[in-house]
Amino acid sequence: MLAGCGGGGGGRQNVLHPESHAERRIATLWWVMLTGAAIGFGVIALLLFLGWARRNRDRLPFGGGERAATVLVVGLGIAVPIVVLATLFIWSDVFVLRSTAAPSKKSTQMTIDVVGHQWFWEVRYPGTKAVTANEIHIPTRTRVNLVGTTADVIHSFWVPELNRKVDLIPGHPNRILLEADRPGAYRGQCSEFCGLQHAHMAMWVYADPPDRFRAWLANMAKPARAPTTAEERRGQRVFGSNECAHCHTIRGTNAQGRIGPDLTHLGTRTTLAALVLPNNRAALEEWLRDPQHVKPGNRMPRVPLSAADYRALAAYLESLR
Amino acid sequence: MAATEVLGPRARERIGRLDRIWEERPGLVGWLTTVDHKRIGLLYFFTTLAFFGAGGVEALLMRTQLSSPDGHVLGPDRYDQVMTMHGVTMIFLFVIPMTTGAFGNYLVPLMLGARDMAFPRLNALSYWLFLGSGCLMYAGLFLNMGPDAGWFNYVPLALKRYDPGLNIDFYALGLIFNSISSTVAAANFVVTIFKLRAPGMSLNRMPLFVFAMLAVSLSLLIALPSLTVDLVFLELQRRLGFHFFDVGHGGSALLWQHLFWFFGHPEVYIIVLPAFGIATSIIPTFAKHRMIAFPLVALAELLVAFIGFGVWAHHMFATGIPTVTLVFFAAASMMVVIPSTIQIYAWTVTVMMGRPEFKAPLLFIGGFIAFFVVGGLSGIMFAAIPFDQATTDTYFVVAHFHFIIFGAAVFPILGGMYYWFPKVTGRLYHEPVAKASFWLTFAGTALTFFPMHIVGLLGMPRRVYTYQRGLGWDAYNLSETIGAFILTAGLLLIFGNLLWSRFRGPPAGPDPFFGGTLEWATSSPPPHYNFAVIPTVTSPYPNWDRADREEDARKLEAGELVLEEGHETPASTVRDGYLDEVLEMPSESWWPLTLGLLITVIFVMLLLAHFVIAGIFGALAVLALGGWHLQEPAEA
Repeated sequence: MLAGCGGGGGGRQNVLHPESHAERRIATLWWVMLTGAAIGFGVIALLLFLGWARRNRDRLPFGGGERAATVLVVGLGIAVPIVVLATLFIWSDVFVLRSTAAPSKKSTQMTIDVVGHQWFWEVRYPGTKAVTANEIHIPTRTRVNLVGTTADVIHSFWVPELNRKVDLIPGHPNRILLEADRPGAYRGQCSEFCGLQHAHMAMWVYADPPDRFRAWLANMAKPARAPTTAEERRGQRVFGSNECAHCHTIRGTNAQGRIGPDLTHLGTRTTLAALVLPNNRAALEEWLRDPQHVKPGNRMPRVPLSAADYRALAAYLESLR
Repeated sequence: MAATEVLGPRARERIGRLDRIWEERPGLVGWLTTVDHKRIGLLYFFTTLAFFGAGGVEALLMRTQLSSPDGHVLGPDRYDQVMTMHGVTMIFLFVIPMTTGAFGNYLVPLMLGARDMAFPRLNALSYWLFLGSGCLMYAGLFLNMGPDAGWFNYVPLALKRYDPGLNIDFYALGLIFNSISSTVAAANFVVTIFKLRAPGMSLNRMPLFVFAMLAVSLSLLIALPSLTVDLVFLELQRRLGFHFFDVGHGGSALLWQHLFWFFGHPEVYIIVLPAFGIATSIIPTFAKHRMIAFPLVALAELLVAFIGFGVWAHHMFATGIPTVTLVFFAAASMMVVIPSTIQIYAWTVTVMMGRPEFKAPLLFIGGFIAFFVVGGLSGIMFAAIPFDQATTDTYFVVAHFHFIIFGAAVFPILGGMYYWFPKVTGRLYHEPVAKASFWLTFAGTALTFFPMHIVGLLGMPRRVYTYQRGLGWDAYNLSETIGAFILTAGLLLIFGNLLWSRFRGPPAGPDPFFGGTLEWATSSPPPHYNFAVIPTVTSPYPNWDRADREEDARKLEAGELVLEEGHETPASTVRDGYLDEVLEMPSESWWPLTLGLLITVIFVMLLLAHFVIAGIFGALAVLALGGWHLQEPAEA
């Protein structure tokens, strides 16, 4: 029932719909523990049922007295749990733990830095100029070493179909393994309460075939494309002459703010505001006109502009591909 | 008394004298100045019940908001306050004060055969402080400045930079205030349990409920300082610019978590242990068989509390602490399973050994065992570190701890309300309605909390004020909301039953269920002095020793162990329970209320940053303590 809820790949955050070696180990661990738990619950439910069914007869069903009852308590309450727990401990906390751990610096082919912000994810590719937000692209079948930190409060990085989660803690970089077997889109979401918009701090992980990934990364590392139409040029002027540039970076322009997400290639992203809106012209305008209505409490203020300026700004941002 | 109808004239004269000595003032003044543990227990009961109502309304608000995707009942700001206060209320203002303050206060002296708690005025003080701290935190919520960083209030989110209002100050000062009340109460229980047991009640004859209360009180005394220190650090940083939690200044954000969970995990056992105690009271009575493996169960209760201090870091498995630490705490967390399984099998096997009568209290205990096993099994899963790191901070955790806190702690509380209702009111509750209320509550609980496991595995994080369509969460959330309203109906039926029975129920007599512990040896409701004759104990179930209880009636006639000279209760030796001395107990007083009010003002002034006024009231509080001690009873 649970596995069926995942649907076919992408769009869900199902722990039990593993799309990587590591997550498959964790899902297997769950199914085995669930089986054990069902047996454990069954035994106690049976004892309770027997207690009820035999309510007019005392002593144990096999006629045992006080001594047998004590032996039963010691056997089921001490001996059996010790064996079961020791087995579970060795399997899960030694073997599964090891095989789902972050790759060592030597063995990894790739490192990605993720910085949590209230309320978006900043994504950097060390060794390149590429910076993006709320979208992580990885090549398939590559053990990526993801290093997580935070710019403000504690967040938690979690892409359920790919691996366990790790908290992003001030001054305490944490690492986690990120890998995907197949090309696809895997949804992730912040899972440590981080304030007003904790609920709207989601991300996509896109796993692409390696050559497609390389092309994407090469484009991401480039500075922003220059505006081509009159409206886009007007949009760029509006961006530069208002508060926008204080908070956002558009590489290749004067906008070098570090508070909001990097917008150099905003046009390539699929969503806005950490998966709150789809990325299209209408949604972009809606967002620009009143960010506090779309995502109450977020850090982006409403910047009062004329209708034509909003349109031009949206056209410019959409052109940043 | 077991043999009231055959009292001789001398016995009646002695009872009249005790009535006069122990009588308290009538009316409202009596309630404000009382030091009677039973009245204080009732004050706690009704106050915690009111907070339970508030926490329940908060839960329903959240469930209504989450019943469908993109809900608009609460905005994120309100939701965070409601969510935080739900947690704070249910833990600090409902379950703990209900089990220790209400059940513990009312029952421990009765079960021990004592006439009151060891420090009756301190007992009253702990109630007034509790009331003050609860009102303080709710004042924050009503001013729209309620605590809003979740009940475990992680930094840096709770620092001034990210939460500049008074919200977190209400939380921190409210909980420091609340800990004073809990510390005072816990110390009182420890002394009462060690010193005021009836003659003959050696430790191995002490009721298992009292063992649980002992474990809880010791845990509180050891755990609370860690919370208090954490909160003081937080306030120093928020108010005076200290840097305990600032990485940039050599502090650490994880310091908060370590100190918090060093308190917070024992806290979980503080929540469930009294429930275990209630289960071990109800089961023998209705199974008509003493607890199997009695010493093992007593030991298990203490062991749970002890091991509970070595597992706190399992709340921090995703914080990137070193693997060695992870594995150590995972192993310790698995160890704590053993004392729990001992108790579960002791309960079920005892039911099988006897001829159980499935009245409402035992039904609630059956429900408790079922829920506790489910919550316990999902708890074991969190000791598998990779699985913990997959599901922590999701609704799977919310499901797990609600099975524990609601299923395993509140169900025994509800069963206990039915069980001791005849003792407290002298009337019987309505059995068929009680049974119906059990099934309604049981179904509501299962429907509310079980789907949370699934929706957590489907990736829903906890503490989200809303969620988007298309993630496969909608149907589960709707069923949880429906469950929450069914559960509410079940709870209302319980309280309706008790309210109706309070006025219309048939008389119960002293011992309607043939209970084994001493509270059933006195009248219902018990007189102010609890027992006309201090009972002598020769087994763990003294009320089943009919010969001993008939002996009490003879002693009353003869005037042995009646202690009718003054406000007196006997004290016994710590281990063996030999009669040691007779203590003169204090009588009613205005000082606890006065001191409670003064301390409340101190905390309000600290909150408003009027430190000078707070200091003045601090000095007044010291003066009040002086007045309190001038009124101490003379040494007997």
